[in-house]
Parts: sequence; C-alpha cells; structure tokens
Amino acid sequence: MSSSKWLAVFAAACVLVLGLAACGGGDSSSSSSSAGESSETESGGGGGEAPSTEASGEIAGAGSTAQEAAQKAWIAEFENANSGATISYDGVGSGGGREKFIAGATAFAGSDTPLSEDEGELGKAIKRCGPGELIEVPDYISPIGIVYNLPGVEELKLTPETLAKIFNQEIENWNDPEIEKENEGVELPDTRIVPVNRSDESGTTENFTDYLSQAAPSIWKHEVSGEWPVKGGEAASGTSGVIEAVSAGEGAIGYADASQAGELGKALIQVGSDWAEPSPEAAAKVLDLSKEDPELEKGQKNVIAFEIDRKTEASGVYPIILVSSLIGCTKYKSADEAALVKAYFEYAISPEGQELAAEAAGSAPLSSQLTKKVEAAVGAIE
Amino acid sequence: MAHLDTTTNAGQLLAAASGGRRRQGDRIFSNIAVIAAVTILALLAGVAIFLVTEGLPALTASSSELPKGESFLSYVAPLAFGTCLAGVLAMVIAVPLAVAVALFITHIAPARLALWLGFVVDLLAAIPSIIYGLWGIFVLGPAVVPAMKWLEAKLGFIPIFEGPASITGRTMLVVGLVLAVMILPIVSAVAREVFSQTPRKLQEGAQALGATRWEMIKTTVWPFGRSSVMSGAMLGLGRALGETMAVAIILSVSGGVSFNLISQANPSTIAANIALNFPESSGLAINLLIATGLVLFVITLGTNFLARWIISRSEVK
Repeated sequence: MSSSKWLAVFAAACVLVLGLAACGGGDSSSSSSSAGESSETESGGGGGEAPSTEASGEIAGAGSTAQEAAQKAWIAEFENANSGATISYDGVGSGGGREKFIAGATAFAGSDTPLSEDEGELGKAIKRCGPGELIEVPDYISPIGIVYNLPGVEELKLTPETLAKIFNQEIENWNDPEIEKENEGVELPDTRIVPVNRSDESGTTENFTDYLSQAAPSIWKHEVSGEWPVKGGEAASGTSGVIEAVSAGEGAIGYADASQAGELGKALIQVGSDWAEPSPEAAAKVLDLSKEDPELEKGQKNVIAFEIDRKTEASGVYPIILVSSLIGCTKYKSADEAALVKAYFEYAISPEGQELAAEAAGSAPLSSQLTKKVEAAVGAIE
Repeated sequence: MAHLDTTTNAGQLLAAASGGRRRQGDRIFSNIAVIAAVTILALLAGVAIFLVTEGLPALTASSSELPKGESFLSYVAPLAFGTCLAGVLAMVIAVPLAVAVALFITHIAPARLALWLGFVVDLLAAIPSIIYGLWGIFVLGPAVVPAMKWLEAKLGFIPIFEGPASITGRTMLVVGLVLAVMILPIVSAVAREVFSQTPRKLQEGAQALGATRWEMIKTTVWPFGRSSVMSGAMLGLGRALGETMAVAIILSVSGGVSFNLISQANPSTIAANIALNFPESSGLAINLLIATGLVLFVITLGTNFLARWIISRSEVK
C-alpha cells in the first residue's frame, strides 16, 4: 500500500545525499587548493627549491602499493607547486604497474622488484621506451620489521638462522633452546610459535624471502618469490592483515612494513656481531653497501638496480628492507610530457621529496651518495 | 499545456483503435521480454567466451611454463576443493537455520513479530561482504577461538577438528559461519515465500484430523515447499561459492587439501585466490588466474544443473 511512498522517500534521500556529496566535493577541492597557496607562501624559498621549472600537463602512473602513500604525498605537494600539472598514481600492485607501463597505458610505474628478464619484461620495457631509453631508479626504501606478539617480552634478539627456522616451521616453541641462547635473562613463555605470512602476492614477501635465502642459505632453501613458499603457516592479506593477525594471536610472529607495526614488538636482527633494529637510517645504508646488478641493468646506463647485499656484516645496517623503484623513459611522445615526468621524478628523489615520504609513509630517505647517482639518471630525461 | 494536449490526443487515438492497441501492446511487451531473455543469454555467453579465450594460454601451456611450475590441474585442485568445502559448510549451517527461521516467521511467531523478524533477516542481505569480512576477523574469529580450542581438546579424534586450533580464528570454520550468515537471507526469503503459500485447505485439513502444529508442518507445509527450499539453497550455494572479499580477508590460506576446519592451514577458494594474487600478477600468471575462474564458472553451472535435475525428479514423484 505504501511501497510507492517508501520508494519516493528513498529516492528523495538519494538525491539529497548526492547533492550533499557534490557540494562536499567542491568544498574540499577549493579548501585544498587554498591550503596549497598558503603553504607555498609560508615555505617561501624552501618550497621553490623542489621543482625548479614550472611543469604542466597530465601524466598517469601505476604500480606498487608499498609506494602509494609516498606517491600520494608527492603528488599533492607537486601539484601545489605546479598548478598546471595533474599527476595520478594508481596502486594496482607492482606487477600490474609494470604491465601497464610496458603496454604504454601509463607514463611511469612504481615497482617493488626491478624489471627482470625472467618474464622478458626488461626487454619489453626497453622496447617501449624506444627511441629513448629506459629509466629505473630506486625511490622508496622501507625497513621490514619482524613483529611479534609475546606479552612481557620487551626485547627479542634473533639470528638470521633462527629467524629462517622459525618461518620454516622448524622451531615451533618460543622456549626453544636456540632462541633462549640469544636472549639470556628474558623469560620466554612455553607458547607455540605461529609464523604469519602474507596470503596475497607481495613485494614485501619477495624482499623478505630474498633476505632469508641470502642470510641463512643453509636453512632457507625456497625460491625467492612474491608468493610465500612455506605451507601451513598463518596467512593474512595485506600489511594490515598481517599486523591484525599478529596482534590477535599470542605467540604469533610476522613480517611487515616497520612503520605499520604500531604497538607490536620488533625483533632485533643479528648483523655481523651487532643486533640491528629496523630504523630508516640503518635501512638506507644497505644500498650504499650493495653492488649494482649487471643482469638487471642490461647495459642500460639509466637503470640503477641493486643486488641488495643482505649478508652484510657492517654495523648500523638493517638488511631486511624493501626497495621500490620508479620506472620511466628518457623520451616521450611530446616534450611537455617528458618535462613533466622529469620534474616529478626529480621532486620525488630530491631530499625534500624523500623527507616528505619519510613523514607520510615512514620510509628511509635515499642516502646522499645514492641521490647523486639517481639524479644523474633522472637528468637523462629529455 | 501543449504537452497535456498531445497526451490526451494520443489517448483518444488509442481508444479509437482499441483493437489495434491491444495487439500493439502485446507486441511491444513480447519484444521487450524477448530482448531481456536474449540479453541474459548473451551476457552469460560473453562471460564464458572471455574466460575461455583468456584462460586458454594457461590451459595449453606446459607445467614448466606456468609461473608456479606445476600443472594447471594440480594448481586448481586444492582451490576447487577449498571452494566446495566452504560452500558445503555454509550450506550445512545455513539451510536448516534458514528453514527454521522461515517456519517460525510463517507459522509460529505472532504476526507483528513475524513482520519485524522478516525485515531484519532481509536486512542481512544488504550488508556488503567486505563488512562481513572485517566482522569475521575482528569479532567472530577471536570469539570462536576458545570454542575451537575446546573442539580440538574434546573432539580432536574427528579429522575435521584435528587442530592444532588456530590462535587468531581465521579458519575454514569461521569462513563457513560467515558465509552461512551471508546466504541465510537468500535461503530464508525463498523458504518463507513458499511456506506462506501452503494452501490453507491442506493445513486446516491436517489440523482437523487432529494433527499437532509440528505434524501439520511435517505433513503439509514441508512437502509443499521442499523443492522451492532446494532451489533457494542452490541460489545461496552460488553466492557462497563465488564469495570473494569476505573469504580473502578472513581465511588464513596456506594449506593444500585438508578437511581440518579449525587449523591455521586452510585451502584457499578460487575467488579469494584471484582477489589475492591478481594485483601483483602479470603475463601468464593472469591467464592462469582467469583459467581458475573458468573452473569456478563450470562448478557453479554444474551445481545449478544438478540442483534443477534433483528438483525436477522430486516434483515428478
């Protein structure tokens, strides 16, 4: 009897909500632009430093979700300083980002693993950039924390071998003598260890398994891959899923972006004779000690891809890191597009951009040594 | 004004040619109906063609070419198993519950309460699956942990409760419970509709013969509604088999084929596996995922045909 009346009410409510949303959208865009102006005037000379030339136009990028928070922050600041520029970044995942870049759908990509010849992607990317050249530079370094949930245990020290055995499910209890040996004076409970891994394919997993296979090769014999190789552990989707699972279960241990660990304890990892803590500075140092990988660079002079030295014994270094890269070309269809990509890349890798990413995403700023190399590569964009 | 004039004119015209009007109306209606039916078929065919063409490279590739280095069948088998296990578990929990709820609403509850209860059950269908997923990991999972520990301790000799019990509650059992809640409104809506249409004559006849309320339901309402409940259950099963987000969020997927419902090592489901691995996939890995989607399509189609066949047989009887 009153169904038509209800329908009318529902329709009216929808219209009202849409109207409000439209107004709200308008408000937020205007307020953000005014905020941009004020920040520009406030920062004065400092703000002008970042992108030196006024760039304009529209470019799109896609890729790594690890970089997404940093990219969002860069885009917001960059667009404030260059009012004519519009940049978008779609966090579709590293694989999707590389694929879109190769297909020419996007101007740049963000990827947690360098382009490689395993699936012919490196060759295809070089071809996509012809007649220009391919650019691939690290722009985002982030320490991966080993987070654990053991009430009362404030500090936990783990050697790479013990860590590998825990994640390989060879050590199954927290009071195992092998863990106790390194943690004298710490009361370790008689609790089952539940290793937590990512259930979705991820760059974090790939970097962590790479660490395990380099630092504890006698125990970790699995292939390095974005997909977790050991069956039978607790699996959760996304960084937030891992953090949630570790928080929920007493005795759980997992690996996740260190800045997301929240209240959870982060294990100290043995490096040489020291115990290293995941900190941005310690993470950034690793790349200074690492060699570039000729196989990943394939003679391309603007590709900087490292074979990350996870076996390092230097002090003050934390080797479990995720390195994410920007991928682009030296030449684009139009000079304007190239100029915009260049200006954006320059901003992202600049000390200001890196500082911003550290604030927004807890990443580790590139070291000054690396910044020089990366700047030279980005400078090749015409 | 002009607008009003034309409509009245048209009305007069139509009224004048009343014989022709009816025929024209019929023609328009039947055309629309035919177009709608063909659209559905075309959509289904379109999806099937997409799945086959995009999945074919993975189906024809040798196992060494595939990203996981194993054959397509051994890749998809545990996923198909997990999908069916989750679906069956959800059905086992949801269908009896849905039937009971429907009977309560149609035959036991006072009219006012029945109205509200029906409304609330329908509301369950309006909750997005991602909300169910979050509720599963934040609320239901942790709440079920003690129960799972108890099951492991007391009923551990039954393979499905073998354990070791998960400490986070992201298990197949919890997924089954969440899926059951999700399909409950679908199954109970269908059951409610058909139970309330049981002919009054039959019900009153049964009671006139001295049947209790339970006997009346057993002899008239249930036989009358059985086949419709079955098709309602199949609708629900379709949803449970294809549910993606809730499963992807809740389930700890790290095991192969296992009936163990309470451990941390569970088989994944096809839909959740696609959602979890698609973003980081490229090349043949995407074809592989789409090929598993084809398998899910076939499973869903198969169960529906099977259900139709069972229903048609029971109707003949």
